[in-house]
Amino acid sequence: MSGPRATLDAPAPAPGEPAGTPPGSRAPSRTRAGPAGLLVRSLLIGTAFGILLVKSEAVSWFRIQEMFRFQGFHMYGLLGSAVVVGSLSVAVLRRLGRGSPPGRMKMDLPKKESRGLNRHYWLGGTVFGLGWGLLGACPGPIYALIGTGATVFLVALAAAVGGAWTYAALRPRLPHF
Amino acid sequence: MDVLREPWPWYVAGPLIGLVVPVLWLLTGKAFGVSTSFRDMCAAITPGRFEYLRYDWRTGAWRFAFVTGIVLGALIAATALASPDPVVGISEATRADLAALGVEDRTGLFPSDLIGWGSLATLPGFVVVVLGGFLVGFGARWADGCTSGHAITGLVGLQLPSLLAVLGFFAGGLVSTFLILPLVLGAG
Repeated sequence: MSGPRATLDAPAPAPGEPAGTPPGSRAPSRTRAGPAGLLVRSLLIGTAFGILLVKSEAVSWFRIQEMFRFQGFHMYGLLGSAVVVGSLSVAVLRRLGRGSPPGRMKMDLPKKESRGLNRHYWLGGTVFGLGWGLLGACPGPIYALIGTGATVFLVALAAAVGGAWTYAALRPRLPHF
Repeated sequence: MDVLREPWPWYVAGPLIGLVVPVLWLLTGKAFGVSTSFRDMCAAITPGRFEYLRYDWRTGAWRFAFVTGIVLGALIAATALASPDPVVGISEATRADLAALGVEDRTGLFPSDLIGWGSLATLPGFVVVVLGGFLVGFGARWADGCTSGHAITGLVGLQLPSLLAVLGFFAGGLVSTFLILPLVLGAG
């Protein structure tokens, strides 16, 4: 797979730029796919991810309880092996992209800005964890559970979008960094 | 085909989930992350209301396609690839702990007497589904990422912010599991 002049979007935010730079401010990606191709590819990869979420039981409230009670290895093995394989494949892609001739992609994941106490990462993370422990589903599984026919997760999705909206409203008054 | 219908072991599904990061990047040039879709929805519904939502939500169109794919994939997994046994095989210790909290029915992917349309108006059902969902959305946006963006993509990139966020995920999850859930389930 080699897109011409392709670079990953989402460079690190400039110093002084607030956290959570609007996605719209990021440069558009320049893979070979046109707008329709981008949507079709995203849909297909999402489909594979949805199958994986359900068949791995990562969408199960019971598995999340087992994880937070440290009573089973399943979720740790799942997330741990995902990180290891993701890291190895990204390292290989980086190596392939280094000093690349035109036409090769340079693998470069977007960087989260690290500064000061980084308060929003761990404070926001703790709030997220409170929700994850109750609902037993993080954002990917919320969508997946709707797909399994558990329509009550439409309520959880609406509540999550409401949570994101409330964050947008309170953001100027919340600590960041 | 039968082996595909059984639950997939972590050492098969985990590496495949890890490959979503490079495959998505190679084929779309996008970084794996789900919770930004909540922000895109807010920006589509109330554009310009808050600074955080002042951008063109259509830049997230690919992500709407991606989460639509998650819904479709889950539909396939729950029908064509449905497991023969509807009970998730969690550990004996977790079964005992949940039974002590009154969660006895383990059929399906979640306790349907706790999470369901009929229990939304009860205190435990409301706390778990509505408050839980709200905190997931609020926290994911405050932390600038969720399990996919921080615990997978961020840790793949060995980023300190993502490590801090994942530590927070666990701190919050432990409080919910050992303090809040017993409280609300006891009250139900």
